[in-house]
Amino acid sequence: MATPSNKTTAYDEMLKGLWRDNPVFVQVLGMCPMLAVTNSAVNAIAMGLATFFVLVGSSFLVSSMKNLIPKQVRISVYVIIIATFVTVADYTLLALFPAVHKELGAFIPLIVANCMILGRQEAFASKHTVKYAVMDAIGMAGGFMVALFALGAVREILGEGKLFGLSLFGEHFEPWVIMILPPGGFITLGLLLLLFNWVGERKKAFLAQVAAAERSGA
Amino acid sequence: MSNDLLQQTSAEPGSTRLVVSLAISGFLSGLIIIGIYVATLPTITENKARELREAVFKVLPGVTRMQKLQFDGERIVIKQDSKDDENTVYAGYDAEARFVGYAIASEGPGFQDTIRLLYGYQPAERKVVGMEILESRETPGLGDKIYKDAAFVANFDDLAVDPLIVSVKKGPKSKPNEIDAITGATISSKAVVRIINEGNQRWLERLPLNPPPLAEEGNG
Repeated sequence: MATPSNKTTAYDEMLKGLWRDNPVFVQVLGMCPMLAVTNSAVNAIAMGLATFFVLVGSSFLVSSMKNLIPKQVRISVYVIIIATFVTVADYTLLALFPAVHKELGAFIPLIVANCMILGRQEAFASKHTVKYAVMDAIGMAGGFMVALFALGAVREILGEGKLFGLSLFGEHFEPWVIMILPPGGFITLGLLLLLFNWVGERKKAFLAQVAAAERSGA
Repeated sequence: MSNDLLQQTSAEPGSTRLVVSLAISGFLSGLIIIGIYVATLPTITENKARELREAVFKVLPGVTRMQKLQFDGERIVIKQDSKDDENTVYAGYDAEARFVGYAIASEGPGFQDTIRLLYGYQPAERKVVGMEILESRETPGLGDKIYKDAAFVANFDDLAVDPLIVSVKKGPKSKPNEIDAITGATISSKAVVRIINEGNQRWLERLPLNPPPLAEEGNG
């Protein structure tokens, strides 16, 4: 985990969550909601937004109160803060979007246990200023949402032949039911991780090549 | 970093401070949770009531008004309190306040979890006239066809309840008390049928041909 030196801007902190340190594809955190609620794009985005709200809110609070929280009980206080935000998100969804809440069911309260959120408090928000903490949270939650959406979209397209409930292929498409069942989640996640690592390897090899070329040129 | 950590742990705050900070954060969190609960409760209750009303209107064609009835152990009376329990049944009336039929809630185990459903019943013809799944966690893509597959749901639009509803796996249904099971979701289909049969067993004897007339403010 890079600590912000003078060179890293708050903007960099946000960007790293989207790609380089993506919570799902690189850190492999938050797998439970990742696999459980990504059977459609809408569910994935709803879960992404709820997580976004909780993570950004808790990072803001934890970072701004970091000097008030005694170190010995910090984890308990973080959990209390996170649980409060989750409860707020839970009731708000239930009141405003009952249909979405019905689909996501038990997985909204389970955001409390999303290791990505507690991880960001302990590893980042509690050690940085509010500005950096919030930017980091926005990046991480954004990266999480992108990952959820990628998984949800692939599974909905292949598993139901639809995206956002709109038919894509017409009558003759036979949906791959397995894709919206749990095995489909594991398969899709595995393939996306493979893709991410492959791209990372390629980039590393390319950079090494460039460096070698520069050395021989000099 | 490690120096900082050492200093922090050596300057150990008294346990009073730990207790106080935990208590304060717990108290504030409690206040916020109570706040959001109170703020959203009216909308949530309203949503639930509207959902139920819409379901009743859906399973009983032509119904525009409803009221809650209750079986008090001997007969059906108009329900006074608003809390629903297993002895609650809903009566649907048309625009001229004429009785159309009952909406009966029933539940039972499905393939994965409890299925809760509501179905419309016309006592004069002894027929089920509509079915709506209220709650289920059946397998997406297979079992969830019990409410996503319009053809399956249409099975319950005109269905005799005597002697028992039967789900038919092969070939089209031929008798008025039969429904076509969903291919690939036989267990879920059978569960729906069983839940309705159980509801019938429990309710049909109790329900009079004509329920208490629509009370004026009984829009429940």
